[in-house]
Amino acid sequence: MSERTLPRLDPNNRAYWTGGERGELMLHHCGDCDRYIHPPKPVCRYCLSENVAPKAVAKTGVVDTYTVNHQPWKPNMAVPFVLARVALDDVPGVYLTTNVVGCDPSEVAIGDRVCMIFEQHDDVYLPMAQRVGGAE
Amino acid sequence: MTREAYITGVGMSEIGVGLERHPLLLTTDAVKEALANAGLTIEQIDGVATYPGMSHGYPGFSPVGADDLIDTLGIKAKWYCGGGELTSQLGAVVEAALAVKAGLARHIICYRTVYEAAAMKRPDEYPMARSPRASGYNQFFAPYNAVSAVNWVAQYAMRHVHRYGLTREQLAQIALTGRANGCLNPRALVQKPLSMDEYLSARMISEPLCLFDCDRYSDASTVLIVSAGDALGDVTATPIRIASMAGSVNRLSWDQAEWMASYDTGPDLWTHTDYGPKDVDTVQLYDGFSFLTLTWLEALGFCDIGEGGRFIEGGQRIARDGELPLNTFGGQISAGRLHGFGFAHEAVVQLRGDAGERQIANSPKVAVAASGGGPLATALLLAND
Repeated sequence: MSERTLPRLDPNNRAYWTGGERGELMLHHCGDCDRYIHPPKPVCRYCLSENVAPKAVAKTGVVDTYTVNHQPWKPNMAVPFVLARVALDDVPGVYLTTNVVGCDPSEVAIGDRVCMIFEQHDDVYLPMAQRVGGAE
Repeated sequence: MTREAYITGVGMSEIGVGLERHPLLLTTDAVKEALANAGLTIEQIDGVATYPGMSHGYPGFSPVGADDLIDTLGIKAKWYCGGGELTSQLGAVVEAALAVKAGLARHIICYRTVYEAAAMKRPDEYPMARSPRASGYNQFFAPYNAVSAVNWVAQYAMRHVHRYGLTREQLAQIALTGRANGCLNPRALVQKPLSMDEYLSARMISEPLCLFDCDRYSDASTVLIVSAGDALGDVTATPIRIASMAGSVNRLSWDQAEWMASYDTGPDLWTHTDYGPKDVDTVQLYDGFSFLTLTWLEALGFCDIGEGGRFIEGGQRIARDGELPLNTFGGQISAGRLHGFGFAHEAVVQLRGDAGERQIANSPKVAVAASGGGPLATALLLAND
């Protein structure tokens, strides 16, 4: 069983949390106004169209902001770790809160380019950010 | 003619960590004090408002619902509300003010009772509602161990550091000021000053926020009585007018909102009043995390956006004897996590000249009290006029 608290899957969020099985980052997209809706809902928050469906998006983006967490909030929580808010390329208005993995926490900075990778926990594929270069 | 709303009574229980006294009794302690303070009797109360209402989500977060208090005190209410879908904690006071302005009630008990420290000490009595999986907006945070609000506020703070150059020495002044003021508040949880060295050497919780940038779970109840302008004849205390109110929420999510709600609410506060920032004698601004206080100072126009760090640098300006005394009761960082209501309580005490040893000079007339500041924000302009 995963050390992490996992999301409960439902018809709205299933594509987002399981797209990683195929290596895809799936966000709800409006077929009428061409915008993205996150968190996923059965209706577009911009035009109220119900013509919304998950769509694969670019897995690259930039660290909008971040924090290095030092406090173990539960037993056996490994610290420090990086929490970041990632602004995805070509998906305006959507941010993903995630961990930046694969580097020393002290290396992360606002503006870092990242690529989303997936970490499997049971039936869930958590999108995680990996640095692909320094701040632009 | 428009009916005005006033705060006519304030009360507070003891503030503790791991108190044995039942949270309902802490609430009735604060109610009794507020009634005596206003010169009202319970028979004259005809409304109740609370944030966030009876809550089972986090142990001790809100253990006393309005239904319970109404039943306990035998209140014949003509209006009440208890809910979390408000523009933060002081949103309950806004609701009450609207109700008395509309003539739906004359005297409303507004309260916030917290019992988180006791609940943490006695988990058998106050168990965490465990769910094996996360849902709602928590599903986007919990898997990444972003489990505390400090993680969410810290990311806003880091943007401020990056964009405007906020330093730890500057931010420290919120905690240092609170702790200095708490020494003069007999009810404050911590009555010991904090030095810059202690602050700078404190352990990090979530960068750039350290231990002293965070308030501390406590057990307490705070009560404010909101009265209608045409019911002041019932009251013996000096009524404090709610001169303006503002609140905001855009997306109730800590990561999808572009920026913080305080920046919307602050300017709005001045659109409903002839008063402006220059008229304000003291500010009581939410410090669940110190960075929120700094954004309130900017949002309310006491300095430009991005200038908050330089505005509080050195601490003289926001000291009790400075030009803009801040959190004169110690804030939540020193007094304890009263969760929003302590700020309005202190504003009233100061505007009445009732603050004893910690009273600020020159008979203050106008104060701001604010709660929240992240995805939710509420500000009240209070005046002794």
